[in-house]
Amino acid sequence: MINVIPPALIFIVGAFLVPLFRGKAKSIYLLLLPVISFINLIYISYGTHGVINFLDYQIIFCRIDRLSLVFGYIFHIIAFLTILYGINMKNDNEYMAGIFYAGCAIGVTFSGDLISLFCFWEMMTVGSVLLIWARKTRKSIEAGFRYALVHFFGGVILLVGIILYSYENGSIKFGDIGLEGVGSYFIFFGFGVNCAWPFIHSWLTDAYPESTVMGTVFLSAFTTKSAVYVLARAFPGTEALIWIGATMAVFPIFYAIIENDLRRVLSYSLISHVGFMVVGIGIGTELSINGTTAYAFAHILYKSLLFMTMGAVLYQTGKINATDIGGLYKTMPLTCIFCIVGAASLSAFPLFSGFICESMVVSSVAKSHMSGILLTLLIASSGGFLSAGIKVPFFAFFSQDSGIRTNEPPLNMLIAMGITAVLCIYIGCCPGTLYSILPFPVEYVPYVPYTMSHVMSQLQLLLFSALAFTLLFLSGIYPAEIRAINVDADWFYRKGAAGFLWLLNNPLAWFGNQVKTAFFETIPQSLIWFCKSPLMAINMAATRMMLFTFEESFTIKKVVKIRKRIVKARNAYPGDVIIYQYVGTTVLWVMGFLLGYTLIFIYR
Amino acid sequence: MSKKYLFDKPRNVKILLMLLFGGCLVLIIINFFVHKHAHFSWEEWSGFYAAYGFVACVGLVLAANFILRKVVKRSEDYYD
Repeated sequence: MINVIPPALIFIVGAFLVPLFRGKAKSIYLLLLPVISFINLIYISYGTHGVINFLDYQIIFCRIDRLSLVFGYIFHIIAFLTILYGINMKNDNEYMAGIFYAGCAIGVTFSGDLISLFCFWEMMTVGSVLLIWARKTRKSIEAGFRYALVHFFGGVILLVGIILYSYENGSIKFGDIGLEGVGSYFIFFGFGVNCAWPFIHSWLTDAYPESTVMGTVFLSAFTTKSAVYVLARAFPGTEALIWIGATMAVFPIFYAIIENDLRRVLSYSLISHVGFMVVGIGIGTELSINGTTAYAFAHILYKSLLFMTMGAVLYQTGKINATDIGGLYKTMPLTCIFCIVGAASLSAFPLFSGFICESMVVSSVAKSHMSGILLTLLIASSGGFLSAGIKVPFFAFFSQDSGIRTNEPPLNMLIAMGITAVLCIYIGCCPGTLYSILPFPVEYVPYVPYTMSHVMSQLQLLLFSALAFTLLFLSGIYPAEIRAINVDADWFYRKGAAGFLWLLNNPLAWFGNQVKTAFFETIPQSLIWFCKSPLMAINMAATRMMLFTFEESFTIKKVVKIRKRIVKARNAYPGDVIIYQYVGTTVLWVMGFLLGYTLIFIYR
Repeated sequence: MSKKYLFDKPRNVKILLMLLFGGCLVLIIINFFVHKHAHFSWEEWSGFYAAYGFVACVGLVLAANFILRKVVKRSEDYYD
């Protein structure tokens, strides 16, 4: 029986009530919603609640443990901050989609069985697609459709996995699944689609930058991080994840360096950071799972902060391409400072939030003595700083002055960014608070992030990356921003689908037409013609055949005679006009025959 | 005459650059006096992280600019 309110319920029901409010009451309602949900969450004790028996299965809506709580907390915090950020948008579609989406992500986090997990998983896709569509441009609508197709594909894979898994194990409990049995592989892959694994990542960089100012902030927080959560829950210590994560951490950086749309740069950098988390899950020690969880927490904050600042730039100037903006520090100094705080956190500068979690993952890799992975992550770390940490603030706020003179964004946006920035710094300076809510106790791990050697090596890595950027930029080698798009893995389905349609519309359609003509027109008509007088038809054919074979040896007179005979026979042939029967008549005939067969069958 | 801002003056840009170069230099110097808590032997080499960060960034930029961009760059209406 349900004895508590499942955390997801307040958001999901609350989303549908948004249109009932007007004016100030709506703003208050929107801001109160996450607060009420958060208070409800705090008062739920550890353990499983909200159990419903459905067929033979137990549906668990509310499983509270330390791992799910961390994600639950940060999802609530970021939902509140994002709503505060977007409170001036006055767009019900966005609010409803965003809150619904956040509610579903919270539902995924707290569901204790695979069926409710799947339901929330799919509803989350619906919410996020609505958020993308809220921009109402042609690009966003198309990107939303592509996003939906990829995610529903992933959802079907996940469903197949869940069915196979429950059949193999007789249980739908959502716990440590591990890669055993066919079902678990499908589940693994289904989670991977939402986690933006290499080659199935392009839905993210395709769709996120097309969403609205507020929508992108929402989107950046929930989908990939809930995928990180389910992977951490179901597949900790799966070695494949280490390799997947390391690949994810590095390859987006190349794209981020040459990308022009700054929100797309941030999307690529997002994938890179999720890669770090995936590596942490793959290693599977307590330190690394703690690292991944802390990383997700800090990442949501600083990535949202960066998307907020870029959203503010888009909101104020209507532009987001690096080629169109620049020099905005002159008129948006506060936004610029918030962006730099976000960038410093992202780059894992000591005293900022990224450092205290990235170093956890990195040292868990070092403790496992995987030097190759460690070196790869170091490249990702310095490259991430170069491609997002420097690039985004530099090209938006400094670089060439674009001549745009605007104002700071509205107060609510500034306050939201300010709170997020303060949180980033607070977590970086006092990591104890975050460490105290991690799934495993942190004290016993002989790990102090502020040992001098760690700070030193990180500072060396970052400052010399900055040096590299400066020298490359001054010497003109650093890629100038170009108005262009860079094709990614989505090429395969964007161009592939167009190619497939061409294939259907041209060669296959032609072939289909030919088959149709042959079987439904040419052959039946010939048969009808033939059946009207088979003997005459055969006779006529034989005469023609004879003429064709022996024309050389016949005299001209005889040939003319035979020709005349053929013409005569053709004229005499009964009814060369084919009369079509109505389909109804044919159906009546068929019915009659069937009835006859049935009667014969019964009374035989 | 439009308003002059912080980095409109070349002197301020120069100061910023000097700070960066100075910071790098100071790090290299401090590097010799700090005990390194290393898991791998290469972590103990002096200035390993500095060199690695620098080389990695230069490599990434060169690869992105001269290889990846050649392969993937298309005009903005490529998909339309």
